[in-house]
Amino acid sequence: MLGSQIRFSDEQAMLQDSAVAFCRAQSPMSAVRALIGGASDNSTGFDRRVWQSLAELGWLGIAVPERFGGSGLTLGHTAVIAEAMGRQLLATPFTSTLQCIEGLLAGASVAQQTMWLPRLTLGGMATVAVFEDEGDWDLLSLTCRAQANGASITLHGAKTLVLDAAVADLLLVSVQHDSAPALLLLPATALPRQHLQREAVVDETRRSYRLTLDGLTLPAEALITGASARLALQAIRRAALLLASAEAAGGIAGVLAVTVDYLNTRSAFGRKIGSYQALKHGCADILIGLERARSHLHHAATLLVEAGGDGAGTVTANGVNGAPPDTRAIEIALCMAKVEAGDSFVAAGDRSVQFHGGFGFTYDCDAQLYLHRALWLQPWFGDAAHHRRQLANLLLPPAPQHV
Amino acid sequence: MPVLQAASALPPLSTGPAGPGVTHQEMTLTDLDSFQAEVADWFAANRPPEPDFPLPESFMEVGTDAQFNYLRDWQRKVYAAGYLGMAWPAAYGGGGRPQAFQDIVNAEMARQKLPFVPNTIGLNWAGPLILAIGSEAQKQRYIRGMLSGDDIWCQGFSEPDNGSDLASCTTRATRDGDDYLINGAKIWTSLGSYAKYMILLARTDPLQSTPGRPKLTDSPSGGRASQSGDLGGVKGSRYAGLSYFLIPMQVPGITTTPIRKLTGEYGFTQTHFDNARVPADCLMGREGEGWQIAMKTLTFERGAAGGQAGGLARMAVGVGDVVELARRSRRDGAPAMEDPFVRDQLVRFLIESQGDRLCTARAKIPALCSERPDAIPLSNKLRYTEHNRRLLQFALTLQGANAARWVGDARAVDGGKWQRGYFNAFASTIGGGPSQIQANIVGERVLGLPKD
Repeated sequence: MLGSQIRFSDEQAMLQDSAVAFCRAQSPMSAVRALIGGASDNSTGFDRRVWQSLAELGWLGIAVPERFGGSGLTLGHTAVIAEAMGRQLLATPFTSTLQCIEGLLAGASVAQQTMWLPRLTLGGMATVAVFEDEGDWDLLSLTCRAQANGASITLHGAKTLVLDAAVADLLLVSVQHDSAPALLLLPATALPRQHLQREAVVDETRRSYRLTLDGLTLPAEALITGASARLALQAIRRAALLLASAEAAGGIAGVLAVTVDYLNTRSAFGRKIGSYQALKHGCADILIGLERARSHLHHAATLLVEAGGDGAGTVTANGVNGAPPDTRAIEIALCMAKVEAGDSFVAAGDRSVQFHGGFGFTYDCDAQLYLHRALWLQPWFGDAAHHRRQLANLLLPPAPQHV
Repeated sequence: MPVLQAASALPPLSTGPAGPGVTHQEMTLTDLDSFQAEVADWFAANRPPEPDFPLPESFMEVGTDAQFNYLRDWQRKVYAAGYLGMAWPAAYGGGGRPQAFQDIVNAEMARQKLPFVPNTIGLNWAGPLILAIGSEAQKQRYIRGMLSGDDIWCQGFSEPDNGSDLASCTTRATRDGDDYLINGAKIWTSLGSYAKYMILLARTDPLQSTPGRPKLTDSPSGGRASQSGDLGGVKGSRYAGLSYFLIPMQVPGITTTPIRKLTGEYGFTQTHFDNARVPADCLMGREGEGWQIAMKTLTFERGAAGGQAGGLARMAVGVGDVVELARRSRRDGAPAMEDPFVRDQLVRFLIESQGDRLCTARAKIPALCSERPDAIPLSNKLRYTEHNRRLLQFALTLQGANAARWVGDARAVDGGKWQRGYFNAFASTIGGGPSQIQANIVGERVLGLPKD
């Protein structure tokens, strides 16, 4: 029987209120539209003053231990912030930076942590580069290589879907080293701009890049190897799943509000179109998806809060069979949250476009912004079908190997 | 409208009849743990023997005297052990204890797959209603018998011509001296032939003005259970002409005819009133308050308000049972559990079920429900009952060609309980306000969309 605890402290409630108010004020739809851009523009996609403000609010350091300048709380505490950001389609390097921070906390050396965590907590930017052209979600399936070369390493291959790479002070990059997964800390100072190529992605609020590693050389100390690398990758994935689920849950709320507003405004055949059951019932379906998604999200967040610190348990391969019970519970909760939030957000955006009629088909309708965001988040670190397969392995008697 | 309870699929909210009461976290865990052990032991030791007739799935399918007597005897035993109405006031026969104890009993009865207690309408709808807004005399008269099962309750809301549009009901209650005379018909009366009392919605003032929606401050969902007794104002005569009664069933002029269900079973009736005479003190509240009281009843019925007496309202079937079925099923010549489609579907149901459990948990945290505090209670029935229907339908997919067998066939899987269960699932998606009405309620009450 799965646990069903959800706990939410007064402190968390205050953080939630603060995040909601901040995002509402800093990211109205006009601001979102002013910042979106296609592959051909060089904009960063975010307002630096907003970034500075959220750094000053301490939000980057929430899960960073106090000795590095953070609040000493947990990844779980960040859920309400990401949710509020998702609702307003606020896109900054926030989730990218947090993913990198979680990776550093789980696997970096003390020296590496000391060098980077205080800086990131104060408003530095960072990101992770863990995907490759195959589009595989198995973070341990790597063709990029780091080749030892005396005291340095030379890099080969390319990473893709690297968010915010052009503004990141630090990139955490997964590579194969000595036939095993490794991570390397790639500072912006060691990354010539021509190694980054902007990608056209379905969500124009994002800035996604291809990172060409060929020709780059780094000192060997930049590497994280062995068990630490696996722990770091697990932590990155965990952070990504939580934050994506939160953004998606927030997005469902946002698109639902847009839709309800339209249905209460627009008239057809002499009455407000929200009075027609086909639309009303469709909105009820969206609401149900929203409530389930939020419940899964806040249960996952609760488990992460209670796991404390970085919540990293021992990891075996790409799954958690045989790991301590709470790690398994966290994995299940995160996968479920990602499935529900991912699927429900796509469905909500899809129906929202449809229910806006002809207007819904235009660029100017806000429903499409949410649907584009939903299509970005669905395949991020595993789509719903992928996570359902992981959950089947965790929750059901095993299927034979050939399946 | 078949007003049939949406079963143990709907979790009662953990509030006692007088309000939130003591929460689980405030009790010492030792108290609850030792109670849990005591309860588990008692039920294990006192499970009634398996009868030689099939048991009904819920109070809505009790069709034979043998079934009824078996279940009512069981309820008597459970109550005598102190395990029903634990959070109800001791003065009226309850246990006077925190809701957390009743929650433990409820969970244990489901876990051990014990027979359900049949007086569902009394325990879960009429009882909380009477405790919330009834007179002292009503509480003294009705609560104890409801808990013991001595007094079975039924519900007279829907009529042959008025189901979902309950406010148009035409059964008349005419004042005659110290009595009311009841004339008309009600339908879908579960346990009608066994009931001692009925909660009856009847018209005391005949229809006056034009049809169409009157202005309401309280629309047909009931919203949250109100503790103060203030049921909201109602304008418009169609609604103002209704009154609510707690009437005895065994009086001259009241007869019941059984109705056969799509499963072939019996369990509910049509109830006919032909100048049936009931004392005037059967009236609950005042004349003209019937609509508000009926809506309040529905909040208990739909799981949107707490205060139920507990126990088990139906044989619990959940995703875990379907996973267990899949484990021993074969489909297309191979174990069903090997089929990626089956695995994916099972996980979908697990996620959905877990999502609904987590909604129940989140509903207790106002800061996590602040934008729409009523979203979870008012969507409870819709979420749970539709999940249940689809789950039971899916259970048939696991049975290969044998899915076509029925109760009574020697090779029907688990005696045909899945087939029967799927058909009976409509009792919950239709009864107590069909899913389409629930979706309207969510759209209008939760989201603020315009009425039709």
